[in-house]
Amino acid sequence: MEGVVVKKISIVVLFGLMVAPGSMLGAEQSVDIEALKRELRELKQRTQDLEKKLEQIELSGGAGTANIVSNGSTNRSNALPSTAHPEAPAQPSAPAPDEGMVAPGNPAVAEVPEVGAPNAWSPTQPIGIGSSKNFINISLDALMAAGSSTANDIEALEPGGHDPKQRGFTIQNLETTFDGKIDPYLRGQANIVMQITPQGETTLEAEEAYLETMSLPWNLQLKAGQFLTEFGRLNATHPHAWDFVDQPLVNARLLGPEGLRNPGARLSWLAPTPFYSELLFAVQNSQGETAHSFRSDHEDNLFFGRPTTLGEFHNTGDLLFVPRYVASFDLSDSQTIMAGASAAFGPNGTGDNSDTQIYGVDLFYKWKSPRQHGGYPFVTWQTEAMLRRYEAGAFDGDAALRIPALPNETLRDYGFYSQVAYGFRKGWVGAFRVDYVAPYERSFYETVLGPDPDRTSRWRLSPNLTWYPSEFSKVRLQYNYDHRNQIGDDHSVWMQVEFLLGAHAAHKF
Amino acid sequence: MKKFLVYILALGASAVLSYGKVNIVATLPDFGSIAEIIGGEKVKVTTIAKGTEDAHFVDARPSFVRVLNQADILIEGGAELEIGWLPPLVNGARNSKILGDAPGHLVLGRYIQLLDMPRGAVDRSMGDVHPAGNPHFWLDPENGKIIAEKIAATLGQVDPKNAATYNANLKKFIGELDQRMAKWSKEMKPFRGVKVITYHKSYDYFAKRFGLVIVGQLEPRPGFEPTPVHISALIPKAKQEGVKLILIEPFRPRKTPEYVANAIGAELLVLPEKVGGNESVKTYFDLFDYDTEQIAKALKGKP
Repeated sequence: MEGVVVKKISIVVLFGLMVAPGSMLGAEQSVDIEALKRELRELKQRTQDLEKKLEQIELSGGAGTANIVSNGSTNRSNALPSTAHPEAPAQPSAPAPDEGMVAPGNPAVAEVPEVGAPNAWSPTQPIGIGSSKNFINISLDALMAAGSSTANDIEALEPGGHDPKQRGFTIQNLETTFDGKIDPYLRGQANIVMQITPQGETTLEAEEAYLETMSLPWNLQLKAGQFLTEFGRLNATHPHAWDFVDQPLVNARLLGPEGLRNPGARLSWLAPTPFYSELLFAVQNSQGETAHSFRSDHEDNLFFGRPTTLGEFHNTGDLLFVPRYVASFDLSDSQTIMAGASAAFGPNGTGDNSDTQIYGVDLFYKWKSPRQHGGYPFVTWQTEAMLRRYEAGAFDGDAALRIPALPNETLRDYGFYSQVAYGFRKGWVGAFRVDYVAPYERSFYETVLGPDPDRTSRWRLSPNLTWYPSEFSKVRLQYNYDHRNQIGDDHSVWMQVEFLLGAHAAHKF
Repeated sequence: MKKFLVYILALGASAVLSYGKVNIVATLPDFGSIAEIIGGEKVKVTTIAKGTEDAHFVDARPSFVRVLNQADILIEGGAELEIGWLPPLVNGARNSKILGDAPGHLVLGRYIQLLDMPRGAVDRSMGDVHPAGNPHFWLDPENGKIIAEKIAATLGQVDPKNAATYNANLKKFIGELDQRMAKWSKEMKPFRGVKVITYHKSYDYFAKRFGLVIVGQLEPRPGFEPTPVHISALIPKAKQEGVKLILIEPFRPRKTPEYVANAIGAELLVLPEKVGGNESVKTYFDLFDYDTEQIAKALKGKP
């Protein structure tokens, strides 16, 4: 008798599912709506009758069907009244295989073992917290900006690859992150980034995809794959963790709009000093648009008045080498300082024997109240300074482009940014940044071709205010005062919104 | 220069003194305190979170990378309490002794019956609900026993030649805890059934053990600041229930708790929920000595 009821219910449900989309189509096809309405009324009546019947069955102790109704949307066995199967011990329900792919950090789908089970509990018996599987964390982070500027060339005003690119709305970064332990020896992470260009095209890039060892001997750690180069502090950080709407000017100009990143390998050594100190050495490919100051062809545009090519890989000397040293001290219980020095060496695209060297220093200071509540209040101060030495190769000139022959010349550019952030109450952060970039000396090609916007000095002041409704969302309002030599002053106001879905690995200090 | 030499000497001296000791890193001072009692002279304990701060939002300061790099044992609470700051430290530490299922990696939450296990699927519209259950479990002395047992067992495994010492210390710890538990229970007995509001779900284990009844939180949802809407609904409810006490952690802002306490005529008590929450709470025993005493003082003479 119970079986019959179940069957009837499923027929009703199936029929309902077929009718629903059908009726939507019907609106276009001039089906007799009245007939459908009548049918629906009949269905409703039948469903009500069935519900009544079910209630009666439930009351008379027919638990098997009751479960289907009360628990139709979940697969938990715990919703079964305990009298249903007195012979079966009420075990915590095993997660379905497809649920296993989600980490405990994702509360939305994490399978929770039920403690209310009648099994007698003893202190020595593991309870099993969280999801029973933790194979991969998956998260989606969306970063969007909206605003306007007095500048007409916003793409030049905001040179960063994830900066606001136009008046109106910009989808800065849609980042899907996967991370987890690979096996007892390795952990892995991948960040797949989507962007929507001002032209409305969606671009997709494998920003990072790397493995990292967990416990090599001699305090070593190896990272391999595609990764953001650990040069300075900001370059290896993803845009959603930045304190400002846009990238610092010096990062965009010297390391590149997309930051410095490429396939390669990195070895790091945690030095046996009483304080934290780490020595890193990365070897990466030196070509492509994510190696802006190295072997990039700049999408066939002239760079420093010269055509550039990806060139060819001849020997290991054509790779990118990035050493870095970073140390940290706790000044007190609530104050920490972290200082680093980095360099990047590699060939560039202006000639066979032309190389680039970039040097950088970075400093980070943080005070966090010893009585912090929700992580507030805190103060951070972050500064990076960089110098680039770019050996521009000789160029024979191009009559069609009206470019005369250019000799070998060395172009030195530098810049810095310095920013403070003050988290003054839970969820509220005010911040201020100063940006400056400039050429070290005038170049020959600029005396011939005129000032190059890739080198002219400029500075920017950016106050902003950020509100974090939770750890998974933020709203930011930022004002930029830009000064560009040869161009003038500009004012911009940008609003930024972020949301984060899923389990995202915690960030480094 | 002189200062620097003194510094180097001091470092050398501390290195010599700690040589041969089992290096324990505890995420919370409560686990650290118990580890010190069980380990005694044989261990050196470093604690990451401060007793005065919000344990959910500790900074992953790089100095702890180095500390974890040299650890023989890592004691963590689990249940996602440390999820926002411990993983990057452990990743940087590259120390196989404290990774995964190594004997030196102790996740206490695995052995404790956690409260507030969500009944169904949770999502983030409910706030920072821990899907694994309420992680503030050390505030029940009975759980303190389990913590001590697990620490003793871990120490015995990592440092077998001193296992007898650890077991003896465990016995002593449990003996003293039982003795004090009798005192704490006696002190709290008159207040069984007293209704309480807390800021966050930090005192649920304590309340359950000592018979206080928690009727609500100042937070509308775990991890979210009190809102006017929530508070204006909480006040009449608290009045109706006859709430006599509001408990807040030392790091919470005072304004809203004071306002609610005034509105409902309840006592507001800033109650350490971790060892080190204030100067008088130096050990795990102190925590309950102090907290039960404060509650008794606050409720004395209250009908």
